[in-house]
Amino acid sequence: MKLKFCLLSIAFLWVGKVTLFAQTQKDSITTLNEIVIQKEVFKDLIPVQTLSGEALERLNSHSVADALRYFSGVKIKDYGGMGGLKTIDVRNMGTHHVGVFYNGIQIGNAQNGIVDLGKFSLDNVEAIKLYNGQRSTIFQSAKEYASASTVYIQTKKPVFTEGKDVNLSAKYKAGSIQLTNPSIRTEYKINDNVSTTISAEYMHSNGRYKFRQKRHNLNGTVAYDTVGHRLNSDIDAYRIENSWYGKDDKNTWSANLYYYQSDRGLPEAVIKKSDVTLETENINERQIDKNFMGQAEWTRYVSDRYQFLLKAKFAYDLMNYTSRKTVDFQGEEVTYNPQFDNTFYQQDWYISAAHLYKISPIWEVSLSTDLQYNKLNATRKGQGTLFSYPERYTFMTAFATSVDLGKVKAQGNILGTFTNEKVRHNFKAPNRSVWAPSLFVSYKPWNEHNLNIHAFYKYIFRLPTFNDLYYTQLGTSNLRPEISRQFNLGINYNKALNHSFVKEFRVSVESYYANITDKIIASPTSSMMRWMMTNLGKVENYGIESAVGTTLNILPDLDLGINLTYEYTSSKDKSLTLYGKPSYYGDQIPYAPWHSGSSIVELNYKDWGLNYSFIYVGKRYNGNKNNIKRNEIQPWYTHDISLQKSFKWKDYKFKAIVEANNLANQYYEVVTNFPMPGRNFRFTLSIDL
Amino acid sequence: MIFTSDSSNVSIPTNNEEYSGFYLLNEGNMGMNRASIDMFTYDTGVYTRDIFSERNPNITKELGDVGNDIKIYGSKVYATINVSNFVEVFDVATGKHIKQIHVPNCRYLNFKDGKAYVSSYSGKVEINPNAEIGFVAEIDTLSLEVTRKVVVGYQPEEMVIKDHKLYVANSGGYRVPNYDTTVSVVDLNTFEEIKKIDVGINLHRMQIDRNGDIYVSSRGDYYDVEPNLYVIDSATDQVVKKLDIPVSNMTIDDNKLYYYATSYKHNTGNNTISYGILDTDTKQVITDNIIKDGTDKQILIPYGIAVNPETKEIFMTDAQDYVGTGFVYCYSPEGQLKWKTTGGNIPAHFAFIKK
Repeated sequence: MKLKFCLLSIAFLWVGKVTLFAQTQKDSITTLNEIVIQKEVFKDLIPVQTLSGEALERLNSHSVADALRYFSGVKIKDYGGMGGLKTIDVRNMGTHHVGVFYNGIQIGNAQNGIVDLGKFSLDNVEAIKLYNGQRSTIFQSAKEYASASTVYIQTKKPVFTEGKDVNLSAKYKAGSIQLTNPSIRTEYKINDNVSTTISAEYMHSNGRYKFRQKRHNLNGTVAYDTVGHRLNSDIDAYRIENSWYGKDDKNTWSANLYYYQSDRGLPEAVIKKSDVTLETENINERQIDKNFMGQAEWTRYVSDRYQFLLKAKFAYDLMNYTSRKTVDFQGEEVTYNPQFDNTFYQQDWYISAAHLYKISPIWEVSLSTDLQYNKLNATRKGQGTLFSYPERYTFMTAFATSVDLGKVKAQGNILGTFTNEKVRHNFKAPNRSVWAPSLFVSYKPWNEHNLNIHAFYKYIFRLPTFNDLYYTQLGTSNLRPEISRQFNLGINYNKALNHSFVKEFRVSVESYYANITDKIIASPTSSMMRWMMTNLGKVENYGIESAVGTTLNILPDLDLGINLTYEYTSSKDKSLTLYGKPSYYGDQIPYAPWHSGSSIVELNYKDWGLNYSFIYVGKRYNGNKNNIKRNEIQPWYTHDISLQKSFKWKDYKFKAIVEANNLANQYYEVVTNFPMPGRNFRFTLSIDL
Repeated sequence: MIFTSDSSNVSIPTNNEEYSGFYLLNEGNMGMNRASIDMFTYDTGVYTRDIFSERNPNITKELGDVGNDIKIYGSKVYATINVSNFVEVFDVATGKHIKQIHVPNCRYLNFKDGKAYVSSYSGKVEINPNAEIGFVAEIDTLSLEVTRKVVVGYQPEEMVIKDHKLYVANSGGYRVPNYDTTVSVVDLNTFEEIKKIDVGINLHRMQIDRNGDIYVSSRGDYYDVEPNLYVIDSATDQVVKKLDIPVSNMTIDDNKLYYYATSYKHNTGNNTISYGILDTDTKQVITDNIIKDGTDKQILIPYGIAVNPETKEIFMTDAQDYVGTGFVYCYSPEGQLKWKTTGGNIPAHFAFIKK
């Protein structure tokens, strides 16, 4: 495949800065000015949702999780505050079915399978993409075929203007909830082929914010109305990253070193407590994380017919969890919860090789093989049970092929996964070998119109995590893998107009049916560290996701961009227990709204930018599962607004952003008893040297 | 909007001499703040769910998180709300809140001579996690104040009282696999632990029969040690019998001990469910099925068990999978289903209301 300078995407960025649900046939990750990062042109058969560059910057988002809320099909489970856990769910298939890739390599968590997206700040991020199914290219690692949905986080790549070898930028963000967030980034051009960046960030928040508990009597009078403060959700986090990029006419390579460390309070469920508890309790439930990742990839264009891609990664994660809650009782300090002081150490070794061979101009085949090794060690003070010390070897291989017949394009692949587990204690999970196919087809009826009809079928599974299998009190080693089947049919259309008023216009509709069988559900109990295992058995989902967008040129310098999404989902719990149907059989699964939507409206005038965003999540039911009044959760919606201004002083470029979030000051909960912040503000000042 | 109650007509109205109905405590899943109280009244035949929230609309966050026990003493109902760290006291007749008594991590209740006794997992802070020893607190039922406290064993559970002695089953549930194995004997006059009786691992339930024999259940360890039932003679404070019956929950009426067992095996993930009635005089199992009409097949996880001392009706609850809405079953003394209705989340504990 030829390298291609992606100059086209300059135009793209300029036209629609928000490329949500962008129907990009070309990848638009990059580009500013004349220097350019080279990207192969993907043959995306199915549309990808992208947020990148400026659009990402001006969305009122702090973490990757915040930004993902704007994608259709996505639900973020947010436990509130700066340090609260934030996980992603796509099409109600569950967090474990979403693969999150950082610079092309999956972020793993063999322990609980959950990636906390709140940990990834947007500071160093260039683009976030979401693919339903998988990225529809056949030149990728086997891992990339292995999830029901995939999220790609791409960090910023260096861009140098003519004659400049060093870029330096600094940013300072401050906000409500005592947020302090300075960051710095430098880019060095070593030579024409090699460049490097260093990015570092510190974040602090005391996590203390107000929330309100209010109920009305039937006659409308207030039954109770109390204001509480979110406690124990403080966070201190550091991140430092060093990336290397290189290319010549035959090779492209990159390498990343990543280190993240945080110390945070774990906010608990807001439940009723005795008055004395509220006055005298001393909550000490904390988590310390130390995450290191080192990864690299190398693509070699051997000939016009053959190229290969190698990837490797090592990750080491330390997580320490302590919990000791005490309270006064009759003049003495007593504990009132089970106590923990556990440290978990995870290792993730990964290597992948992918080969692409072009048989003819219209027919390509590929073979990818991945090998992964995961290990979990632990020290647990005061606990007498034997820890399993699990190890898992995973071998994956994917064979894929694609054909391009002009109007019709198709891709198919089959993925084989083979695992071998070892434990030092307790019962070992059986070794697994599973084959999983998928098929993608797109049809473009007219060459002159950008109208695409596409469909895919994907069968994939997720393995039980180490916690599912071996968590001493909850895990059961005989859990089966959880299987998902997804059918998708969609249509999208976009048009760039030379019209002076309407610059471009986009519309897309996706429909899907997805079922999950043998579903393993882990939901946090009152403490986020204690996962409650339920084997749901079966969930049936179907839904429609729609999006429209346009860019209007109102005045010569005034552009208006509008993006709207709406989504309908039905997710029925069809599980059976060993003894029969549970009382919630056929009900909508917890936290899955029937209706949801978002809008982003942006106004650009010369150096000014104004962004308004709105998110709506409709009525849904909580973890008690039955769709009865008592379990209902009110819809929530947030209005966020941001204003930004760029200016220049000498050779320095400045940018200032003011954000107001949750303008209507709605007190809401995404997860029952985990209140979210009310109205809050952030200010950002950045300087480019 | 406040949580309002809802009612079902479950049986034809009947008029009893001694008992007018019962309160039922739904435990509610941890972290959901979902403990709730239902009520059944014989003379209307109506079962009303979530009565506490409606009768006490001004109480912030309703009843609280994880109900663990409910008992009636005099004109007051006492309910331990485990994770919320208090004993809720409300009026039997009106269902109106009277007082919240702070007892951290409170578990079970018992009463004697105007005093309430509450077992608690809480313990004085120790350096090692989960080395804290639990206690039993005494509450005066007139002043509704905690009067005394005695340290017993690790994570104490149910209690029985015989004359001036209180027996409490220590589980050691936080100390897996180093469970406690003892029953503590507390002298109610001095309020001191006078003895520890070594019984079996992970003790939980306790009942006393009319002859003064105390029944203590052991949960086992979910791996190798099976659940079991032991008998302690309260005259000698010795273990006199190991009955080799698995018991998850039990209740005594006259000379009959009704029990069921859900025996969970960690290595297979299998639950086996069994029921039975034991003659407390002969210590012989009379029958190994309480429910005779086959409706026990509908019960996913039996949880609460109670017998109306007057009508001899047997009440069972179905906790489902602890997450969904559970059910309450009423059986005739012969084990035929009289009525069934939905309860709250984890319906569990009954308190019969005296007229």
